[in-house]
This record gives sequence, C-alpha cells and structure tokens, in this order.
Amino acid sequence: MTTTTIGHRAPKQRLAGSALRNVDDRRWLHPVAWWSWAIGLAAAASTTTNPLLLVGLIVVAAVVVDRRKPDAPWARSFTFFLRLAVIVVVFRVLMQVIFVAPIGTTLLIDLPGITLPSWLAGIRLGGSIMLEPLLNALYEGLRLAAILVAVGAASSLASPSRLLKSVPAAIYEIGVSVVVATTFLPQLASDVARIRGNRRLRGRRDSGLRGVGGTVMPVLHGAMDRSITLAAAMDSRGYGRTDTVSPTARRLTAATLVAAVVLATIGTYGLLGTGSATVWGPGLLLAGLACAFVSVALAGRRSVRTRYRPNAWKAPDVATACAGAATAIVFLVAGRFDASGMNPSTAPAQWPSVPLLALLGLLVAVLPAFVSPQPPRDAGDHA
Amino acid sequence: MIEFDDVSIRYTYDASPIIAGLTLTITEGEFVLVLGPTGSGKSTLLGAINGLVPHFTGGVVNGDIRVDGRSTSNNRPRDLADVVGVVPQDPLASFVTDTVEEELAYTMECLGIAPTVMRRRVEETLDLLGLEELRHRPLRSLSGGQRQRVAIGAVLTAHPRVLVLDEPTSALDPGAAEEVLAALHRLVHDLGVTVVLAEHRLERVIQYADRVIALGAPGTPTTIGDPATIMTTAAIAPPVVHLGRVAGWDPTPVTVRDARRQASTLRHLLLGHVPPVRPVPDSDEVAHLRDVSVRYGSTTALRSVSLSLRAGEVVALMGRNGAGKSTLLHSLVGRSPVSGGTIDVSGTDPATLDGPALVHRVGLVPQEPGDLLETSTVAEECAASDRDAGCDAGTTRALLALLAPEITDSTHPRDLSEGQRLLLALCIVLASRPTVICLDEPTRGLDYATKDRLAGIVTDLADAGHAIVLATHDVELAAVLSSRVVIVADGEVVADGPTSEVITSSPMFAPQVAKVLAPQTWLSVEQVRRALDTQPPHKDSA
Repeated sequence: MTTTTIGHRAPKQRLAGSALRNVDDRRWLHPVAWWSWAIGLAAAASTTTNPLLLVGLIVVAAVVVDRRKPDAPWARSFTFFLRLAVIVVVFRVLMQVIFVAPIGTTLLIDLPGITLPSWLAGIRLGGSIMLEPLLNALYEGLRLAAILVAVGAASSLASPSRLLKSVPAAIYEIGVSVVVATTFLPQLASDVARIRGNRRLRGRRDSGLRGVGGTVMPVLHGAMDRSITLAAAMDSRGYGRTDTVSPTARRLTAATLVAAVVLATIGTYGLLGTGSATVWGPGLLLAGLACAFVSVALAGRRSVRTRYRPNAWKAPDVATACAGAATAIVFLVAGRFDASGMNPSTAPAQWPSVPLLALLGLLVAVLPAFVSPQPPRDAGDHA
Repeated sequence: MIEFDDVSIRYTYDASPIIAGLTLTITEGEFVLVLGPTGSGKSTLLGAINGLVPHFTGGVVNGDIRVDGRSTSNNRPRDLADVVGVVPQDPLASFVTDTVEEELAYTMECLGIAPTVMRRRVEETLDLLGLEELRHRPLRSLSGGQRQRVAIGAVLTAHPRVLVLDEPTSALDPGAAEEVLAALHRLVHDLGVTVVLAEHRLERVIQYADRVIALGAPGTPTTIGDPATIMTTAAIAPPVVHLGRVAGWDPTPVTVRDARRQASTLRHLLLGHVPPVRPVPDSDEVAHLRDVSVRYGSTTALRSVSLSLRAGEVVALMGRNGAGKSTLLHSLVGRSPVSGGTIDVSGTDPATLDGPALVHRVGLVPQEPGDLLETSTVAEECAASDRDAGCDAGTTRALLALLAPEITDSTHPRDLSEGQRLLLALCIVLASRPTVICLDEPTRGLDYATKDRLAGIVTDLADAGHAIVLATHDVELAAVLSSRVVIVADGEVVADGPTSEVITSSPMFAPQVAKVLAPQTWLSVEQVRRALDTQPPHKDSA
C-alpha cells in the first residue's frame, strides 16, 4: 500500500528525464546581472525627460520581464511596481493641477482658484491650468515611473534568495534576516485572512476597526510563535557558527574598518565641501572604499560558511549586465550631442522628437530578453 | 552515543523539575521512542539532546548530558549541528530557504562543507529519501509527507549521528506517516543513525522502536525498557496492547503481527457475536451538500460532492492531506468559494447567513483552535462568546466547567495545553447549540487521555441530537467514534458508508483491532471487551 501511495504522490519518471535534458538551457541568470541591467536602465531614465524615451524604457523593462519572469511568488511584484508607477505619474500631475504655478502661456482650462491667507503660507489652490507646467509635471512623473519600473523589473527577475548567495560572508547574517522577513510578510497576510475568516465562526459581523483589533492579537501571536520556531530550527542547523580567528587578524579587521570610516568621511567632505581642493576628495573616498572592501573580506574569514552551487557568471550574465551599462552610457552621450532631444522643451511646448542614438540605447536595453537563459521551469507553485 | 547522567531540568529556579534525576545511555543505531502525556517533558527531553534546552529556551539543567562525547553545557545547538539533527514538529515553519535542493544544502553550508562534497551529498540524500523528482520544487507546494521527508533530508545531509524528531507524523495522513517512518527505519538499519522520537500516536511508531522511554506526569518516575516490557504495564498504550490485556495474552503484543499470531482463540471466542456498533440513525436530514464544487483560483478543491447529514450521527471525513476535507467543512459554514451546487443547513444556504443566525445552525472548530481565541483570559473569552452567540451570560463558562473543570478563569488562552485550547474553542462553538458541529483535525497533538475525553464529549453531543462531522487522520478515533465514514480523494467522495464497512475493508484506514481480528469486523477494544463480558463464548461450529 505504501508503494502505491508514493507512486501516486510523485510525478512520473518520464518527467524527471525531460527536466534533466533541460538543465543546460534553463538556468537562473546571476541576480547581480539583473540588478546591474536594471540600475543601468534607471540611470538612463534619470538622464532624460523625453516622454517617448521614458515610455520606451518602461516598455523595454516590461518586455524583458514578460519573457524571462520565473513562475515564483516573488516574481509577481512587477505588477505592483507598474501600479505604483501609474500612481506616481497621476499624483505628480494632480499636484500640479491643485497647486498651480502661475506660469505658461497656453491656457487649457480656466478654473476658479483661491489663494490661502499668508498664515497658511499663501499657497494658491486651483486656478487656470496651463499646458507648459502640466507637461513638465508629466515628464518628471514619467521619469520617476521609469526608474521605479526598472527596480520592479529587477526584483521580479532576480530571486531574493539567490541574491543572498552573492552577499559577502561578513554581512550574510543580516542578509538572511532580510530574506526571512520578506517571506514572513506574505505569510502574515494569509494569517490575517484566515483569522478574519474564523471570526465568522464565532458569529461576529463587525468588519470595521473593531474587527481589525480582534485579529491583531492572534496574528501577532502566530508570527511570534513562527519566529521562535524558525530561530530554534536555524540554531539547531548551525546558523551563526564561527571560526576562531587569530587576535592579529581580528585587530587588522578592526583597524581597516576604522580607517575606512575615517577616509570615507574626509573624502566626502572634500567632495561636497565648498572652497577646498576637489582633487583629493574623490581620491580619499576611493581609498576609504578600498579599506571597507578589505575589512569586509577579512571579517568574512570568521564565517565558516560555504556556498552550494553558487551563481554562475557566464557570457549571458556578462551581456545582460553590459546591456544595462551600455544603455546608460548611450543616453549620457546622447545628452551631450542632442540636449534638446533628450530634454524636450515644455515652454514653448513642442512635440518631442526621438534622438537616433538614444533609440539605439533602447535596442541594447532590450537585448537581455533574447540573450539571457530562461529561468528553470519548476520554480513556481504546484498546488 | 547519548548519555544523561543524573539530569534534572527546570525552567525557573523555584519551579519543580520537569525532568528529575534521569540517567540513561542511548547507544549507536538505536531507535528510541519517547512517550508520555502532555506536559510530561517530552519536548524538553528532546531539546536537551542538542542543547536547545537550556541555551535557546532558558532554564536550569543539572547533571551532565553528553552527545558523542561532547557536553551540551558548553556546546551550543549550532556547535552540535554536525552531530545532532533536529527535525521539528512543523517542518514548514522551520524551513529557511525556498526550494527542496537549497533546503537540503542549508545545514552543510552553515557547517562549511566543501562545495564538491555538498553536491554529492545532496544527490545521495535525494535518492535515499526518494526526493529526486521534487528537487526544484518550492517547499510550500509540497504535501505534508514530502515536507517531513525534506525536513529529515535537510538535517541528514550533514551526516549527523543522532536524529531527534518531535511528533513527526502528527499532522500526516496514515499513508504519508508510513512513508516517513519507512524512511526513518531505513536510516536506522542501513546507516546506523541513532533516532530519538517523541510521538502520541503509538500505534504508528511502536513497532519500529528498540527501546521506550516512558515519562510520567511531573513527579512520577520515568521507566525505560524494551517496548514489550513497558507495554505490559504502561497506561499509555496503543489499541493492540489494550486488546492483548483484554484477551489476557502473554507476552503482550506490541505489533499487529504479534497479536495476530495469538488471536486465533480470541477470534474463535468472538464467533457469533455481532460487534455493537453505533447505529446510523434513521432521523431527519439536517444538512446536505448537493453536487458542490469549490475552486481556489485554478485548483479545484471539491468536484461535485454530495453528502447528507442526519441528526445524532457522527461522520468521520478521511483522506490524504489536501484531499479536500477542510474545504468540505468550510463549505458547511459558508466559507468556501462555491462554484456550483447547493448547500443547505437547516433549510438555508450558510453562505447567506452571518452572526447568531449562522452559529445557531452550524459551528466549526478550526484546525488551529487558537485562531478563535482573541482575548487575554479564559473568563473574557467566555463572556465574549456569550455576547457573540446571543445567549445568556455564563453559558459558555458553564459548558467549560462541565467539559474541562481544571481550566481556571484567569489563565491566558495561549498558556493552555493544546487539548485544553481545543476544549475551550469547542465550548465557544457549542454555546449557541448549533445543529451541525464540524471539527477539523481535532486530535492533532492530543495524548490518549485527552482524546478519550474528547471522544466521550462527542458521543454525548451526538446522543443529544447534534450532527457531528469530523475531519481526521486518526483511524483509531474514527473507529471508536463515528457511525459513518466518508473517504475523500482528490476532491471527490470515493466511499460513504457505515464505519465498519468502509474502514475495515481498507488497508490504509483499518484500525489495529480490525487488522488483528480480520475477517471479523471489530473496530475497537471496547467492543471486544463488551462482547466478552456479556455472553459466555459460543461453542457452536461456524
């Protein structure tokens, strides 16, 4: 009887064979590659206010996500970021409509407005809506939206737990807490739903504030219990084991850390402070960063951790990371040659044109949708 | 391998010790079963083996505990992770990563094992526990038995010498439990791993044990010995042992196989007796489901299920984890997204009801009874329940005094034991005297004493005319309690009939007594005892 049960539960042998054949072409792209690509996109977006280019960047991000998104719960965050982007644009434009700036020449709608008394800062509410400031607001909103969408794309393409594998050993334990916390949130949401449903079983009708109050205690109790269970399990499994490190190494770690902080502080002062030479500022900052690197590497030696199947870094990963960087560079260069194309004038309002060079940048940005490998198929829920 | 030398454990300095003066040695490759009623210190004893007690939980440990020569007093749980593997009660709550393969590697990563060795051991463990097909699967998508096997594999990859398991099968259906225990049995016999396991459902595990540690209530002595010896006198025993005592067998049988060898005389004695079963009542139908289908997103949880319930009957819903038992109960209280069919509880669709109108018709004690409780004392909880159900003040408290007299007013509901919490939730549901009472997995984590008490309460409720539906994995409970058994598989009802017919014919769901006395259809020790008491044995041929 046991054998029949096992046979029923497990997928058929044939499936395992086909999964093995796919091992080579389906794999996780290095999460750092996805994030470099996305940061490149975000950097490119920040150099322009051309709405056509910004919409182009959003479309590029959406195309890549659509083609390479794994079927995992965390990958669904992209729609959330898209919604957030829409909200940002709408909010930015609405603010412009409410707090009208009395500039511009092209009148769109003439609305009555009031100017608040001076003890309320003398803000002007409502009034005639002009085209030029509205366009300006729209473009700026779009820029922020494009940056958000780029971040959203990375967070739905790169698995958080695989990103954790690339975190330096010294701060690995902080990384674990962050990743565990992210998996706790959806769990908490389903707890709330379950407990609210169970209130019905007691004959409760209230769904307002009192209802929320009643669910807080059981939900918190549940979360607390789960945290303790998880902490005990992790402790039992060797989380936080450390190696003994020689006193010299310990002192060296501490020394480099202090040096890093001091150098970085002075360097930042040199960079941002007024009236001082700007040559040594960046130099000291770089030296500080180098010290921080050494310190983190040294501190990591205390950790005994090894990594199981670390993320591979192959040609497609390099290509994806480079595509992001290339897009940012192309947009920057395009700005040098065609400043008005990258930041189209809103006063007077003009129909924006697309600089050819930037269009090339968009083409580079969409490359990962074709050169990166498909994510493994089994990543999703099989309820 | 594990040595306890005059160990006493207490959680505060002034408390009486949970474990007092325990001396014991567990040798390599032994399968040790820890048993005892709730609160006897089973979890404390298990936690002491890898140092979670006292390093993680706090508390005072006197005496010396050594594992593989290392004392737990100066080795923290993480330092012992390479020797002791702990498989916790709820695997899902203790998984750190999100896929099977990563979870298997996690312990090794923490221990700093070389990548090539890790790769090899993960492959070996996948094969050893039959997890190969699941390697890329997200842990959340696994069934209960699969999760438990992954949890075992996840500690096994570190090649521990000792495995500690706390109630590994309590949430599993009989098939999945067998799957897990078979895997453990193999580890003990093939790899010489020492296993220490605590479990309430002795009928599932005792045949695998080499030795039993029987913990009594605090203050009573601990007995240690081989299963057969302990079982001759132990108060906590599986049905087959009780049957042996009723029949006067010597030595006391521990397994169904032992018992069957001695059972021929008993079977002969019982010839001509008809097992006294709880009759399927001929009363009015109080609730029914007709062709009900339920879908959650893209998954179908129930496919056109029909079921009718009569006043005064106890129906046991059985089937694998995820077969649709809970969904069925939830549709009876109008909480499932029903996509087709009709549900009727005393003339109304429960989904259209709420408030007192609902709870007077149907009540459900959920799988986590604690979910119903939301105040900070038992008294407040009872008062809130009276208000919710719209009944006289004091109704719930009076019920509680009847069912669980030992619970005091000022206790925090979280401080109650699992069984007490269940009884409190049951009282809240009963306060409104619902026609239909649903219990979801009521015996998970309950000891035999509490289970007997629950069985008594449920029988009384049925006699008083309530219709009772309980979803359970506990075949022994279903055998004792129910008049009808409904087996659900893959969202469909595959069997529906009187208990004696449905479960005795199934190798998976048959209770121990039925297995021993087959082909006769006896279900419980109580039936046999009554039959033997009432009439002198028949001598006629049959």
